[in-house]
Amino acid sequence: MKAARKKRLYLILLIVTGVGVAAALALNAFNQNLMFFYSPSEVSAGKAPSDYPFRLGGLVTDGSVKRLANGLTTRFDVTDMDKTVSIEYTGILPDLFREGQGIVAHGKLRPDGVFVADEVLAKHDEKYMPPEVAAALKASHEKGVTEAARESGS
Amino acid sequence: MLRFFHQLGSPKHFYRIAGSWIPWLAAVCGLLMLYGLYQGMVVAPTDYQQGDSYRIMFIHVPSAWMSLFIYVVMAAAGAIGLIWHMKLAEVIAISSAPIGASFTFLALVTGSIWGKPMWGTWWVWDARLTSELILLFLYLGVMALYGAIDDKRTAARATAILAIVGVVNIPIIHYSVEWWNTLHQGPTVTKFGAPSIDIRMLIPLLVMAVAFKLFYLLVVLMRARVEVLERERNARWVRELVEAP
Amino acid sequence: MSGVQEFFHMGGYAVYVWSSYAIALVVLVANILVPVFQRRKLLARLARRQRRERRQP
Repeated sequence: MKAARKKRLYLILLIVTGVGVAAALALNAFNQNLMFFYSPSEVSAGKAPSDYPFRLGGLVTDGSVKRLANGLTTRFDVTDMDKTVSIEYTGILPDLFREGQGIVAHGKLRPDGVFVADEVLAKHDEKYMPPEVAAALKASHEKGVTEAARESGS
Repeated sequence: MLRFFHQLGSPKHFYRIAGSWIPWLAAVCGLLMLYGLYQGMVVAPTDYQQGDSYRIMFIHVPSAWMSLFIYVVMAAAGAIGLIWHMKLAEVIAISSAPIGASFTFLALVTGSIWGKPMWGTWWVWDARLTSELILLFLYLGVMALYGAIDDKRTAARATAILAIVGVVNIPIIHYSVEWWNTLHQGPTVTKFGAPSIDIRMLIPLLVMAVAFKLFYLLVVLMRARVEVLERERNARWVRELVEAP
Repeated sequence: MSGVQEFFHMGGYAVYVWSSYAIALVVLVANILVPVFQRRKLLARLARRQRRERRQP
């Protein structure tokens, strides 16, 4: 390669590395701001802001979804399999909202530790399958669980 | 073989060879798209959670893949143009920008239409959506910069540098769903490990991905031919071509 | 509901699914048409220029 071409090649590599390092440093510095939501563990540990709204994300705990007496407010728990936080939300829930589903709620923490949401978004997972496959998977999973229980019991 | 590539480097032969490829590419690409759509809209089953709304994926996901792929091609072609002063690489780079912008726009819009019923919102400022929007602005910036400079070769060099600097955004888009928690879900189809998707849904997705790649190749050749004609308008072969088209 | 109706109904997501596909169709067709018309316009412009040059050498 001619000297001039080599020079241009190195110059381009220099630009790419320079910009890459700068971007990595900047993203690292703003890491927390790029997180879309806090997890229930972080909220329990007091890492989430108590005086202004933030987002809370987690899985809706099975059997926790209840309608409150006024008929409009839904109350449910979200978990990250470690800690659990209760959420109260008044409004229309997205189509994908259901127990076991990942959700992201926006709102504020009440002094009693309940998260009062003004918006609930559903986070869909990366799995795509027809209903009958999902049902079969669930059945085989439950069968596996009962078999395991029987084996450990015997 | 070597002679073929050498010929491809000359504008006159590029114009002729690209012209002979275009009808074939168009035919294969069109057939693949029809097959992919049939597989995706008719054969593929309904999703267990998202119902039929997931069928937006057959446009959204290939578009998003193309938006990244075309950007890398554009920056690489721009770099080749800068280093080796290869005119054809400059032409490919600048011809790629509007196509890449189109696919980025499609990924954003179809994602938004998908997000409304599924997530419950048209738009959120999470890391994936924001970085993809920046990609659209990068494409538009490349196009605007190229249009703003009169001398085509200077313009090509300036846009190549902008495109190369913007490459840093590509890994950010790709890994955003892993580095940070986002509303956007993680990848379904990855190089490692089996994809967590039913085979009848995966086939149309991959067929559409190949069809979109061919579509890019088709349109980039069509655009590059126009750009070559414009740049070579004083050359003898263009004058002869204009006389007897 | 018949099969065809069901197909267009998209399980209640018809508006979302079909608007996505319509927008995609428009964008893809535009991508094909733009270079076709650009090339035609350019060739016509170059032809005019060459006729002009021949008249006034």
